[in-house]
Amino acid sequence: MERMNGANALVQSLIDQGVEIVFGIPGGVMIPIYDALYERPKLRNMLMRHEQGAAHAADGYSRATGKVGVCFATSGPGATNLVTGLATAYMDSIPMLAVTGQVKTTSLGKDAFQEADIVGVTMPITKHNYLLKDVADLPRTVAEALYVARTGRPGPVLIDVPADVSFAMTNYEPPGPVSPRSYKVWNEIDESALDDVARLIAEAQRPVLYVGGGVITSGASEVLTKLSEKTHILVTTTLMGKGAIPETHPHSLGMLGMHGTAYANKAVHECDLLIAVGARFDDRVTGKLAAFARKAKVIHIDIDPAEMGKTVQPDVAIVGDCKQVLEKLLDIIAPREETDWNKQIMQWRNEFPLHCPADEERLMPQCVIGKVWEMTKGEAIVVTDVGQHQMWTALFYKVTKPRRFLSSGGLGTMGYGFPASIGAQVGCPDMPVFAICGDGGFQMTLQELAPAVEHKLPIKIILLNNGYLGMVRQWQELFWNGRYSGVDISVQPDFVKLAEAYDAIGIRVDNLRDVEGALKRAMEVNDRPTIIDFRISREENVFPMIPAGQSIEEMMVNRPR
Amino acid sequence: MNDKARMHTITVLVENKPGVLARVSGLFARRGFNIESLAVSITDDPSVSRMTIVVSGDDSTLDQINRQTNKLIDVIKVVDYSEVPRIERELALIKVDAENQRRAEIMQIVDIFHAKIIDISETSFTIEVTGNTDKVDAIERLLTPFGIREVVRTGKIAMARGAVTAASGV
Repeated sequence: MERMNGANALVQSLIDQGVEIVFGIPGGVMIPIYDALYERPKLRNMLMRHEQGAAHAADGYSRATGKVGVCFATSGPGATNLVTGLATAYMDSIPMLAVTGQVKTTSLGKDAFQEADIVGVTMPITKHNYLLKDVADLPRTVAEALYVARTGRPGPVLIDVPADVSFAMTNYEPPGPVSPRSYKVWNEIDESALDDVARLIAEAQRPVLYVGGGVITSGASEVLTKLSEKTHILVTTTLMGKGAIPETHPHSLGMLGMHGTAYANKAVHECDLLIAVGARFDDRVTGKLAAFARKAKVIHIDIDPAEMGKTVQPDVAIVGDCKQVLEKLLDIIAPREETDWNKQIMQWRNEFPLHCPADEERLMPQCVIGKVWEMTKGEAIVVTDVGQHQMWTALFYKVTKPRRFLSSGGLGTMGYGFPASIGAQVGCPDMPVFAICGDGGFQMTLQELAPAVEHKLPIKIILLNNGYLGMVRQWQELFWNGRYSGVDISVQPDFVKLAEAYDAIGIRVDNLRDVEGALKRAMEVNDRPTIIDFRISREENVFPMIPAGQSIEEMMVNRPR
Repeated sequence: MNDKARMHTITVLVENKPGVLARVSGLFARRGFNIESLAVSITDDPSVSRMTIVVSGDDSTLDQINRQTNKLIDVIKVVDYSEVPRIERELALIKVDAENQRRAEIMQIVDIFHAKIIDISETSFTIEVTGNTDKVDAIERLLTPFGIREVVRTGKIAMARGAVTAASGV
């Protein structure tokens, strides 16, 4: 037991819970907490330049390492700046802890300077949140918050700490194990449902595995791959599921959905058994729900009971940790051989392959991504922003391991990619980290170049620059008669000079011949970020595409004439 | 599964902490669940509050309500009373015009419904009535011609018949 103030107790609690780094920015009511960081350097502080960047960095750290990323922000505007980052993590079920300062308890509700009801604001975008009013509750609350964030279906948790709680003295003692009575983590698996699954798989003629981020979260990649190998059932993943099975594996069909591969979507459309594992039937996956996998029986395996029947009513539902469920399934399931169904899918793959459009004149973004893949052998951590470049990366960068592809899937947060890559690089200092961004999203959070330079992070920023908010432009081209409204952002900084202004490295590439050399140069840099400004063909589109709310019948494989 | 919308009575046992009501009602609003009535108070265990919520929706909506509500960290338990033999009550206070010449008539109605007149003035009665929703609806309807000035209803509360409890499982 040690006598200390709340701020020190907070920092000590985080240290005792195994937290090594926080991403954050101080402010008036955070000074005691930052003073405690000064006192306790075991908890590293990475000073960001905007709280949104801090939240995304914590999120990227969580995704890349599987640990819980932590961010700090001050009361009022500092806290509200976290909102986008919390919502991003919440939509993708990413564990995260945000600690915000708050005005003192006696000022709460009085519209004090820099007061915002951040607990109220973040209620719908956090898994849980706390307003910490009593310093005595502090160690247990920190332990509980981290426990809630990482268990069950993970998610972000916020603790709001009023200034007087930071100042109040307490006898600090690390708390014992926490398990709030009202918090239920599902850990029994329905054995009879497992038998039903095994039977449905044995009876199926045309099964497909549809795999989401839950498989990554639960560490079920290996067992999933084994299951696919034992049964010869091919696997398509969601954006969040990329890396759940090596995409170089012959059983991988790549991503499905709006911009999924034609063969993955055809397989799902024609299958008679859809085995959904750690996925949630998002509208970007299903398109028109009534037409989605309509010939199929559905098995749904997920840790969140509320996902069962939320969008699609499964024939068999198993609530449980994906890894545990798949392990049990692997034991009881009968092996299957390759069938005509496998051949049929392979035929679709040959009929509708993904290809980089060859063009001598213009720089094609698909080829840039293809080159990045080639030169990293698919072994880098790739973090994307949101938009066309994200979908090109999803299609052309074959991820070979879990936690190597990080992207804002559910919320689709532009500005996510670069700060998230900072968290990933900090969490995995020995891994090559590539932030693949568009010029639109990168400009939303590029202020984080400063901490990236300060901490000598050798992140490679692959800027696919077309001078457009490209995905919106694509929709306007295809569905709005080419009326380009509010999408031209060709007035922009010189990104090479911008890099140099931050003391990072800037390279410009405007043709295919120079791509390899530029990447090679960037990969040799080990003490600062590099921006490669790829001036890509401006009006290149992402294909295949199934227009929103439609079915595979409306799939466009190429630009309509 | 029944895809017709109907009324359901659910009981939610929650941690007796500030903000819990906001969490539950916020969830209902956000996910588009319609609350018909909501009654909250503490229980025999002061650390636990009990909410009785009447919602309308089809079976799959109700299933989602149960599952989503259960996910809230401060929710200890959700019990769906829709298919359980149960006692349901609600209390209403009805302030009605009561001029001299009509008082007897109103008192007769109050008697029949086993209601009580709990306040009286020169021109009005305030009537307390307890019962299920139908009964409260009925007395309200019968008093309407006399001139209702104000009505307040608690919303429904429910308990399973027999020895079982919400905490033990109905």
